Amino acid sequence: MPKVYIYKRFNRFWHWSQAALILFLAITGFEVHDSIHLFGYEKAVYFHRVGSYAFLVLIAFAIFWHATTGEWKQYIPNVKMLSVQIKYYLSGIFKKEPHPVKKTPFRKLNPLQAFTYLGFKLVLVPMMVISGLLYMYHKTVNANNEIVIRDINLGSIANWHSFGAFLLIAFVIIHVYMTTTGHTYTSNIKAMITGYEELEDEEDPAGQQNGQEKKK
Amino acid sequence: MVRKVVIPLVIVVAIIAAVQLFHKDKPFYDLKLEKLRQEYAIKPVPSVDHSKFVILQSDFETPQEVTEACLTCHTEVHKEVMASNHWNWERVAYVEGRGIRAIGKKNLLNNFCIGSQTNEQACAKCHIGFGMSNDHFDFKNARNVDCMVCHDNSEEYKKGASMAGYPDRSVNLSKVAQSVGQPTKNNCGSCHFYSGGGNNVKHGDLEVAQTACTRDVDVHMAANGLNMSCVDCHTAENHEIIGKLYSVSSENINRLNCEDCHTNMPHFNQMLNRHTAKIACQTCHIPTYAKANATKMQWNWSEAGKLKDGKPYMEEDSLGNHTYMSIKGAFKWARNVQPDYVWFNGTADHYMMGDSITEIPVQMNKLFGTHDDPNAKIIPVKIHVGDQIYDKKYNILIQPKLYSAEKGDSAYWKDFNWDQASAAGMSRLGFPYSGEYGFVKTEMYWPLNHMVAPKEQSVSCAECHTRTNSRLAKLTGFYVPGRDNNPILDGFGFWLVMLSLGGVIIHAAIRLFYSMSHKEYETEIIDYDTQSNQK
Repeated sequence: MPKVYIYKRFNRFWHWSQAALILFLAITGFEVHDSIHLFGYEKAVYFHRVGSYAFLVLIAFAIFWHATTGEWKQYIPNVKMLSVQIKYYLSGIFKKEPHPVKKTPFRKLNPLQAFTYLGFKLVLVPMMVISGLLYMYHKTVNANNEIVIRDINLGSIANWHSFGAFLLIAFVIIHVYMTTTGHTYTSNIKAMITGYEELEDEEDPAGQQNGQEKKK
Repeated sequence: MVRKVVIPLVIVVAIIAAVQLFHKDKPFYDLKLEKLRQEYAIKPVPSVDHSKFVILQSDFETPQEVTEACLTCHTEVHKEVMASNHWNWERVAYVEGRGIRAIGKKNLLNNFCIGSQTNEQACAKCHIGFGMSNDHFDFKNARNVDCMVCHDNSEEYKKGASMAGYPDRSVNLSKVAQSVGQPTKNNCGSCHFYSGGGNNVKHGDLEVAQTACTRDVDVHMAANGLNMSCVDCHTAENHEIIGKLYSVSSENINRLNCEDCHTNMPHFNQMLNRHTAKIACQTCHIPTYAKANATKMQWNWSEAGKLKDGKPYMEEDSLGNHTYMSIKGAFKWARNVQPDYVWFNGTADHYMMGDSITEIPVQMNKLFGTHDDPNAKIIPVKIHVGDQIYDKKYNILIQPKLYSAEKGDSAYWKDFNWDQASAAGMSRLGFPYSGEYGFVKTEMYWPLNHMVAPKEQSVSCAECHTRTNSRLAKLTGFYVPGRDNNPILDGFGFWLVMLSLGGVIIHAAIRLFYSMSHKEYETEIIDYDTQSNQK
């Protein structure tokens, strides 16, 4: 199989810095939630804030990148194949059947991925950003008696934010596990590090149908 | 490959460990700087030397003569003094739910010595006048103004015990008159440190130790610090002094605030500055009170009256604090007390004579304020609890007559008869007394404003922002990050994470099982073993 340059430099930078920031924000965030104790409350709050600003900057760059390169089209969900993909993960994968949808540089994501990441980008991240900003700028009455955000109960803002955090953690767990479902256990992770991945030959239609033989 | 990973890792860990081990915070307070500040501070120098005035060199027979001498120069000052709360023992104030009332020491009750009425002879030791022996004191007589108790700078002056506000007979009035000046800590402290019948009994944050304490006790008054006197903050214009306490006050006016000097954005950290909208400075900066000497936390009048061989007695704890007095009952004291916290908007109500008892413990004073009130902040308070006498039939608190010089005058402290003391007290106040008395639990709130700790000792974030033992645990109805959570949501989150992990593990196990059944791994392992055995 040929090695294909599938994840461009910014793509990889964005992915790994986002991963690092999510982990960092999770650790500091759950310290603010008083679930873990690591940095101390004051530092955790400060770090969480710094991390969140970094995350906002990264999101801005990522949106720009997706828009200008046309990469956003990767996330258009293929609803027809979604059930096929799910079925594959529930049965085909055990029998070492080939992936039902072929991975190409123009279609890097399988239907389930596209659907999940679209949800991640359009629902989960906005939810975290909006609730996070409301949380960050929540004030009752500030020093100049200027009422900024007062009518929204801080408790409900915090609950939305921690709801999102739980979903994110579940996402990370499953996401990390799913990386092992490539050609080899580490091929997906290696691809996200180096950018190159061995992909099945595009010209070979048999690869899609009779993977069992192809594999050997 | 292993080296490439392990060596940088070891280096990073070693650097972090080294920083943690060798990093020392700066010495937390620069006392040299403080000394320089004290040395070069501009201190007010009096423009007159009172010892040079001929009129003050005369031999004064009575303290009133001293006052008359003062008024020969300070011709109008008595008008200012006689308009003040220190003189009138009451303020006219609007009280929520009651309207306009004149209230103060003159007519309020507390849960210490209960009330001044009928006991003026003793209580007036802390009145800035002479001769308040009963309710007929002439508040319009300027001769009775006691200038010396506040302005004596010689530490010679003291008021006599149970002498209706007159000075002790040992006082050399000429010496006092010649050494008057701005009030010092001792002047204010002679009443405000000893209120309630002993040092630090009432306030908990105001006591004699603050005349010479370290910064750990009080950063403002510390002898090795700013060494501020009371009037440095509690400034006055025309004898109207700024600042008051809600044990006797009601209105949100004429208050003294930390912000007056420190501004409402005193921190470099904006996160802390934002707290000032809802958290009073004192809440974080007074982590404990009664740091030097103990303060009274509980006073049970119901246990008063026990006699040994027909005589009253006292018991003391190891620190010399009275734990029992036949005349007053049983006490509990505490040192280094962590405050309670309440919402407070600057207005308060008080139990007023004749109020029906509607809640137990009876609230001797009620600090108003809720989380939703834009004027309310969380403040630290000392809550003094106890029980005191009330009329079971009329359901009102009783003002008993406690003090008398002689036996047989119905005074409890001499005769130990609650019935007589209650009848005498209530009849003078013009309230009915049924003859059936009991003891009811009471509570009184004392806002804490002094004994500000060095910043290093102020309350840390995690002392409030924590699920367990938060300092603000008792204040509910609003969300505090770290303190509050939604248990249902957190339960959902826990199970979501567990199910994800479980699902992943099960999925991986099935994959592994299928691989094994295809003998992919088995063969590899066997190959490896046989190879190494051969070698």
